[in-house]
Amino acid sequence: MTSLLTTTGGRAVLLVVLLGIVSAAWWFRAQRSGTVRASRSVRPARNSAPPADQLLLDAVRAAGATIGRRATFVQLSSEVCTPCRRTAAVLSRLVDDAPGVAHVELDAAQHPELVRTLRVLRTPTVIVLDGAGLERGRSSGAMTPTQAVAALDVVPEVEAQRPARSETRRA
Amino acid sequence: MTETTSPTPTAGAPAGIDPRGPRFGAALTAILLAVVVLLGTSTAAFVLLGVAVLLFAVGTVRGSQGTLQGAVFRRWVRPRLSAPAELEDPRPPRFAQGVGLGVTAVGLLLGVLGVAAAVPVSAAVALVAAFLNAAFDLCLGCELYLLLQRLRPGRTSTASTASTR
Repeated sequence: MTSLLTTTGGRAVLLVVLLGIVSAAWWFRAQRSGTVRASRSVRPARNSAPPADQLLLDAVRAAGATIGRRATFVQLSSEVCTPCRRTAAVLSRLVDDAPGVAHVELDAAQHPELVRTLRVLRTPTVIVLDGAGLERGRSSGAMTPTQAVAALDVVPEVEAQRPARSETRRA
Repeated sequence: MTETTSPTPTAGAPAGIDPRGPRFGAALTAILLAVVVLLGTSTAAFVLLGVAVLLFAVGTVRGSQGTLQGAVFRRWVRPRLSAPAELEDPRPPRFAQGVGLGVTAVGLLLGVLGVAAAVPVSAAVALVAAFLNAAFDLCLGCELYLLLQRLRPGRTSTASTASTR
C-alpha cells in the first residue's frame, strides 16, 4: 500500500484514479445543474410572507424591480461566475417571450444576509417566486433555455391561483 | 410586467477576454502540477511547486491573460483558432488564479517547514481545480466563492478590505 505513495508509478496510478473520481463527480453534478426543483415547503400566503421570502422581496424592491404577475426569477450572481452571465442571458430572453414573468439579478456579495438565510452555496442560484412573491422552486448552476421554460411549471398559472386576488400583495 | 433588472455584477464588466485562453493556461498548469505530484517529496517537486506558486502569483496580480500561459496562448495557439464565439469576463479566471496561489503557497510553506508531504498534496488539490477548468470549463474556485466568503468573518464594509491592502 505504501508503494502507491512512495513510487512514481504508484503516484501515477493514484493520480489517474483521482482525476477519474473528479470527472465522475463533475458528471453527476452536471446532470442536476440548472434544473429547477420545486421547493419542499410551499408555505401558504397567510398573513405575511415568511422571513426568508420577505427578505428576498425587500432585496428585489431595493434593486428597483417589481415582481412579475405570474413568476419572478431571482438570480443570485457573483462577479467571479461565468455561468451567471449565460444564465442571465437565457432568463432575459425567456422574460421577453413569457408575459408576467420578471427576472431580477442580485449580487450575492452585496446581500450576505440573504445568502445566509436562503442557504445559497453557489452562484448562479435561481429562486422562482410565484405571483405573490413566495418561493416555489430553485436551481443552482447554469440554466439552459429548456430548463428555464420548464421552471415555470413549478409556478401555478395565474388562473389557477386562488380567486382572492385582492389578498395578493403588489409592490 | 416584463422586465429584466440587472444591476451588478453582470453589468459593467471589464473588457472581455477569449475564454479559451484561461482553459489552455489551466491545461499547462495541470501538466506542471501533475509532474509535481509524480515527483512526490523530492527537491525537484519542491522547486516546480515554487514555479507554480510564481505563475499563480502573476495570474492573481495581472489576470489570467497576463500570465506566461496566456502569452503562450496568444503567441502560438490563438492564431490557429477561429475567432471566439463570445468573450468572457476576466475576473472569474483571475479569482481562480488567486485560489490556486493560496493552495500552492500553503503547500510550499509547509514544505519549507518540513512537512514534505504537503508539496504533492497541495499540488494534487490545485491539480483537481486546474483539471476541471481545462477539461470541463468548470471554475472550482469560483464555485466555492460564496463558501470562501463566509470564511472571512467580520467583513462588514469595503473599508475593512481596503485597510488590509
